[in-house]
Amino acid sequence: MENILSLLIWIPILGAIIVAFLPRDKENLVRYVSAAITGLEFIVAIVLWRSFDPVNGSMQFMERYEWIPSLNISYILGIDGLSLPMVLLTAMLFFIGVFVSWNIEKAVKGYFALYLLLNAGVLGVFLSLDFFLFYIFWEVMLLPMYFLIGMWGGPQREYAAIKFFLYTLFGSVLMLIGILGLYFTCGKTFDILLIMDRAPEALSGVIWWGMSAAKVIWVLLFIGFAIKVPVFPFHTWLPLAHVEAPTAISVLLAGILLKLGVYGIIRVNYGIMPDQVYWFAGGLAFLGLVNVIWGGLCALAQTDLKKLVAYSSINHMGYSLIGIAAVVAAGEMNGSDLKAAQAGLSGAVFQMFNHGTISAMLFILVGVVYDRAHHRDINGFGGLASQMPIYTGITALAFFAGLGLPGFSGFVSEAMCFIGAFPVFKAIVVLSTIGILLNAAYFLWAFQRVFFGELNEKYKDMKEINGLELFTVIPLAIITLFFGVYPRPYLDLIKATMDQIIEKIAFAASYAVM
Amino acid sequence: MTNLQSLEFFVPEIILVITILACLIADLFLKKSKTDLIGWVLGVGLIIVGLSVYNLSFVPPTTLFLDMIVIDPFSSYMKIVIVIATLLIIVASWANNELSEYRKGEYFTLIGIMVVGLFLMTSSIDIIMLYVSIEVVSIMSFVLAGYLKLNTRSNEAGLKYVIYGAFSSGVMLFGLSLVYGMTGSTNYFVIQEAIASLDSSANPALIMALLMIFAGFGYKISSVPFHFWTPDVYEGAPTTITAYLSVAPKAAGFAMIIRFFHQVFSDSIALSGNTMGYTDLPWPEIIGVLAVVTMTLGNLVAIQQESIKRMLAYSSIAHAGYMMLALPVLSIDAIESIMIYLFVYVFMNLGAFFIVITVKNKTGGETFDEYDGLGWKMPIVGSLMTLFMLSLTGLPPTAGFVGKLYIFKTLVGAGNDFLWLVVAGGINSVISLYYYFRVVKVMFLTGSRSDEISYPPPLMFGLIIVTAVPSLVLGLYWNPLANWVKESLVFYTQTM
Repeated sequence: MENILSLLIWIPILGAIIVAFLPRDKENLVRYVSAAITGLEFIVAIVLWRSFDPVNGSMQFMERYEWIPSLNISYILGIDGLSLPMVLLTAMLFFIGVFVSWNIEKAVKGYFALYLLLNAGVLGVFLSLDFFLFYIFWEVMLLPMYFLIGMWGGPQREYAAIKFFLYTLFGSVLMLIGILGLYFTCGKTFDILLIMDRAPEALSGVIWWGMSAAKVIWVLLFIGFAIKVPVFPFHTWLPLAHVEAPTAISVLLAGILLKLGVYGIIRVNYGIMPDQVYWFAGGLAFLGLVNVIWGGLCALAQTDLKKLVAYSSINHMGYSLIGIAAVVAAGEMNGSDLKAAQAGLSGAVFQMFNHGTISAMLFILVGVVYDRAHHRDINGFGGLASQMPIYTGITALAFFAGLGLPGFSGFVSEAMCFIGAFPVFKAIVVLSTIGILLNAAYFLWAFQRVFFGELNEKYKDMKEINGLELFTVIPLAIITLFFGVYPRPYLDLIKATMDQIIEKIAFAASYAVM
Repeated sequence: MTNLQSLEFFVPEIILVITILACLIADLFLKKSKTDLIGWVLGVGLIIVGLSVYNLSFVPPTTLFLDMIVIDPFSSYMKIVIVIATLLIIVASWANNELSEYRKGEYFTLIGIMVVGLFLMTSSIDIIMLYVSIEVVSIMSFVLAGYLKLNTRSNEAGLKYVIYGAFSSGVMLFGLSLVYGMTGSTNYFVIQEAIASLDSSANPALIMALLMIFAGFGYKISSVPFHFWTPDVYEGAPTTITAYLSVAPKAAGFAMIIRFFHQVFSDSIALSGNTMGYTDLPWPEIIGVLAVVTMTLGNLVAIQQESIKRMLAYSSIAHAGYMMLALPVLSIDAIESIMIYLFVYVFMNLGAFFIVITVKNKTGGETFDEYDGLGWKMPIVGSLMTLFMLSLTGLPPTAGFVGKLYIFKTLVGAGNDFLWLVVAGGINSVISLYYYFRVVKVMFLTGSRSDEISYPPPLMFGLIIVTAVPSLVLGLYWNPLANWVKESLVFYTQTM
């Protein structure tokens, strides 16, 4: 139990090495080994969840080892209510993703080795509490992603891969500068918890380029995370990468990698510079609004089903941004409305998880039809409902979940984001309800065009969704329905940590300079 | 210290000279096909030299030969870096097919002589000694760049190198003579003292001297605007020599710049001095702008190259720029970061060049076309090339990242005035990703599974592994290196 977090990171790394040394002709062996490794990973994550103490809002299962003493770099891991759901989501989606990738034929060994490396990178980001370690894992994700999109992707894969890489690297370079700024102002340490303690005092009065250093560092870090989310106007890499990536990788991109951005904003920006939240929240909510509207409008215009889902991700992450902006309600100047702050932040964190399951489901389902028809043109189908009733049913469920129908988890989290944000950002909340409308429009319209009407003659022999595919979707559908009806277990799990963050931000109101 | 007393501290150079003579004599008795043996002679000699340098790095810093050169931990560190690079190059030369038509006796001998020059560059504290050591290195480089006498590109490289080299060292010599005229001495410490007592009427002359001297230094590290020789020479020279020129003279050049500016033109003798305070010239800004222009130009032009060797030439200009970023600060942190950067740069850059040699031996070319689908045909070479490209881009967890981290750390730590340099350096890393990953793209993203998997010949394979391991391991655990560099940050200083 003591090193369970290290175990989570090192299982996939060792797994990647094992897979790399398997004979390259035994493709099925590679698949089974990868499934076993991610399965083991998932079990460890569940064990971790069962032994996690939800009443305690601080870091648990901390590990700390010296690493590079000359720069005060340590190997520090820890988990709290913010990262635990993300770790569970990661472990689950990576396990499911192996089965989604089952029909990959090209260089199977390389694919799964990179896949496991990606797994390690993502978990590392969620678990590390040392900025250097955090940054290493953040970057370690890039290379496998580059290859997974670039080698196994669609026709424009090379361009998509390098665009993704360049965009993210640009963000991470700015982030590195921000991290180094914190390193020097907060007494030469990379320890995130230590920096959290010291930063408010250490950063006050420091001037960079004639501005408050805290603001500059905030913006540097924010751009790094915003590119991952992606926040408008840094989003242009996303539709391309999503569309070109193989199905499993789109699932992981939408399901987990986008969450890293919001996670980073909450953990790093909010955690270290709580006073600056008040300065930036308005902008954040506005960017959320733009995401909601822009993503919705773009999705409406798409004829490619996968691109539609990709833009829906931009739309959905917008709700999350509005939700996290709502924490400022806790500040004195906004009436110390702790309830609203709680609703907003928990809603945003819940939305991260829900979007993870829902978008994963959507991408898997798009992959199913693409495997059969070899295209994703929304107007090129028609009447599939009569040919594939089970597939139609599940897709209907996923689409309804996506458009935030009550009874599905997406509704709960979106509603919470709005409720939280309403007291502070009334206009933005009102305007962003247009997004919900768009949201419903693009999903329903697409559904109608694909499944209803005359059956397209070409698809007379289209096969029904098979057992393996069902196996990958059903668990996600169950989770979505369950949390839609009974979100309590999730909210209880994160509550203590959320309260702690809000408390910190509420306290920061006292010394925040607007 | 007098000449006779100095000899015992001059053992490495003496062994080196004996080795060189042994190489020359051995060359007389060997058939052309056997001249590889001379590499053994030089290699063994260099190992002994390296060990004796290491031994001497523990003696207290002192001057030798009546204040001509110094021996201090800093110079020992640089010498060891140079010895490592040279040893790797000697081994690679055995495997480089470009050289197989020629006798290699002179080739190895010239490399040996160059090492003597490089050693003196790292340790001279006298402007005459400085000039002589630079010339020794330059003249050997001219000959080596043109070593493939049947190849016109190589001849062109040699000739271009001579012209640029002669010109820039001429300019530098003029600058040095101005310094001598103003101060009446050739010794760094006397000069420093004398400059401090000059009145402001001497400023124009001092500025002239500074700029002219920097022309010579800039030529050695291929900084803009003294870089024009680099691409052509790098492309035409035998690849092993290109690789060597891109690391060893650069290391010595930076050692020389650090020592010169640190001890002649810095405010104080203490290591904390960070401005060239005697003139009203905005010196940190000038060097900063040069650094930014150097890396930006290197990176932007590298994007357009079709030959990987030429691309690496421009990339080495860019890397000189990254290291120069730390020069405006010139604090102890800055010197530390340059030292670390140089060390990791030796491995990652040589590794990339070794792969260029491997591919050229196999396919006879060095353009992007030759790398098409290489990752499928030679998976290990392809993967390790990816590692070197990652490291050169400066992505964690590779050694190149650690180098950049130290440089950026220095600049952020130095405060407000230098922040723009970090931003410029960061954006340049992003630009460089584009062309480094173009190599990865043609290796892996095009092509498909091939049934014939080939491996490089054992010697080359060994070399690639030897450079790949530090390129990765130093990115994950570089504490021993950091400690070694910290211990080596001791300069010989002297107050008059």
